[in-house]
Amino acid sequence: MSREARVKNDNTFVRDVANRDYEYGFTTDVETEVIERGLSEDVVRLISQKKGEPSWLLDFRLKAFRHWQTMEQPTWGHVHLPAIDYQAISYYADPRGRKRKSGPQEIDPELEKTFDKLGIPLNERLALSGVAVDAVMDSVSVKTTFKERLAEKGIIFCSISEAVANHPELVREYLGSVVNYRDNFFAALNSAVFSDGSFVYIPKGVRCPMELSTYFRINAINTGQFERTLIVCDEGGYVSYLEGCTAPMRDENQLHAAIVEIVVHKDAEVKYSTVQNWYPGDREGRGGVYNLVTKRGLLKGEGSRLSWTQVETGSAITWKYPSCILQGDGSVAEFYSVAVTNNHQQADTGTKMLHLGRNTRSTIVSKGISAGHSQNSYRGLVKMGSKAHGSRNYSSCDSLLLSDTCGAHTFPYIDVNNDTSVVEHEATTSKISEEQLMYCNQRGIPPEEAVALIVNGYAKDVLSKLPMEFAVEAQKLLSVSLEGTVG
Amino acid sequence: MLEIKNIHASVEGKEILKGINLSVKAGEVHVLMGPNGSGKSTLSNVIVGNPQYTVTAGTITFNGKDLLAMPPEDRSHEGIFMSYQQPVEIPGVSMNNFMRAAVNAKRKYQGLPPISGGDFLKMVKEKRELVGLDAGLTRRSVNEGFSGGEKKRNEIFQMAMLEPLLTILDETDSGLDVDALRIVAEGFNKLRTPDTAAICITHYQRMLDYIRPDIVHVMLDGRIVRTGGPDLAYRIESEGFDWLKE
Repeated sequence: MSREARVKNDNTFVRDVANRDYEYGFTTDVETEVIERGLSEDVVRLISQKKGEPSWLLDFRLKAFRHWQTMEQPTWGHVHLPAIDYQAISYYADPRGRKRKSGPQEIDPELEKTFDKLGIPLNERLALSGVAVDAVMDSVSVKTTFKERLAEKGIIFCSISEAVANHPELVREYLGSVVNYRDNFFAALNSAVFSDGSFVYIPKGVRCPMELSTYFRINAINTGQFERTLIVCDEGGYVSYLEGCTAPMRDENQLHAAIVEIVVHKDAEVKYSTVQNWYPGDREGRGGVYNLVTKRGLLKGEGSRLSWTQVETGSAITWKYPSCILQGDGSVAEFYSVAVTNNHQQADTGTKMLHLGRNTRSTIVSKGISAGHSQNSYRGLVKMGSKAHGSRNYSSCDSLLLSDTCGAHTFPYIDVNNDTSVVEHEATTSKISEEQLMYCNQRGIPPEEAVALIVNGYAKDVLSKLPMEFAVEAQKLLSVSLEGTVG
Repeated sequence: MLEIKNIHASVEGKEILKGINLSVKAGEVHVLMGPNGSGKSTLSNVIVGNPQYTVTAGTITFNGKDLLAMPPEDRSHEGIFMSYQQPVEIPGVSMNNFMRAAVNAKRKYQGLPPISGGDFLKMVKEKRELVGLDAGLTRRSVNEGFSGGEKKRNEIFQMAMLEPLLTILDETDSGLDVDALRIVAEGFNKLRTPDTAAICITHYQRMLDYIRPDIVHVMLDGRIVRTGGPDLAYRIESEGFDWLKE
């Protein structure tokens, strides 16, 4: 009996695996205020008005919008991204509906239930100790926990809308300073219509005593989510920030075009971890989120440190390159990534390490895992500027193939403009061997579990960089994402 | 315990086993000898259910159950263990995690709850000491960077952890020096009970100095051509296989 036949026979649960496995695919029945579909200057003005924004921010949005109108959707990624009808999307959905008048922190019980179901309790008494959460549904932050406790240390952790109202000077100074609205098509779109996201400010010399996290949830139908996150870590500060995301199962594709900007000052350190689990579409590739994201950090000061760790298992299409500009002398940047694609998912992800300062160091560890008919690409740029003397990069890109019908690709770009820098690049491609599987089976470990075990072992270098609570989640997620792939 | 009747099996369309009959009872140690390509490894792979081998005729029962109807993991749970000639490496998966998954899969099959972390570590320590495996090895990735001797000892350690009824030793002696062989064989002997049995595949007599077999079989061209007592192994050691060919 061939293994394929066997797995098909006994794993009745493998049938409709994509639909069953995505356990976050439910929708929440809340009264949601959604603006008319379509995008125009009036819509940009309407969003700004709904959020009660100052005129400088409206100007920022309008400039971005006008620039976006001159641009075209990029096609260079190794993904098949259909032309998106930007007039068919609604750009603002507020799940607080008409109840919002009851006060900013009075949360609709339905919303609270939703986040409970996602494992994100918004009640501080029930919350994971040591993790503060900003919960964002559709276009609006519905609750931020532990705000007061953090404020005692001078830490600002709130939705970006609140930050615009309460700390306009900080937002104005840093917004768009790392990712200019002209940066790319989706960055321009986000700058024009961004809704909510998180704002973090760590004052000089303060180590944030708890993990900060944002949980993004798309709920409303036919809406896009355009979150905007801004993290500023002042001199000698430290923060570890986590981001998680899910969406309901829908047959239509949903657009998620976010910007994350991080500014790290002298001797400060930021760790940014993502577990991305947007709805990936069904087995035939219907539906799923288009995750088109610009994430970038500026290592502004001397000795600053930034690390990106991402576990990407969701989305129909992922287009994402969390990057670092190593401007400060002696700054240190890291990128650790596990990207899993199954069924018809497509991922084009990687990083850019732009070394500007002297003696800067960067490390890239990328692990791609492809199954089904998916396409998984690593795309990375390492650039050593003319003044980046004595700088070093080490890149390692591994691909693991779980089927004969998937694809794994590596696109490394290296650009060195001085003669004292060192760039190292290693790449491997492997398959889970029949021998490895049989060895596990012989020891009593069933095929599905064996694949999960082997894949987790393969991704261990990256998973070990995640904060503990997240690492366990990520391990489970990897196993679930790959169920039904043995064959 | 194990009843093999008229087994025919092929690999990639080529028939390797041409009608094997073998009966192993509890408490017995059988030795399978034969030149390369005679089908010894194919037989062991067929018993554990390696999907690369296709059984075309015959039956195998294990304690009365139809073994061929079971997937490999269930055969393992029923008490069949194979010590591999060349154990495979699994990078990034620690021996501890690997064994815990194996032990818990078996417990699940038996309707038992997963083993607690404390009990598991106690069990590892006890079994490790029984077979003389270094403490450090169970924290390393499965077989990765293990020496030949360490790999074989690690196989016996896994046998100790899973407490099988029937163990197949597939050329456990190959690539081992005399000292390493003695340690591995002693570990194996400690695990023997009147309720367990073993099939030992080997080319050499020296393994049999440590593991005293009850019955010796000689395989040639996919068939068992001669069965006898330990004397048969000594004769093969001195005379080779030629006298058994027509």
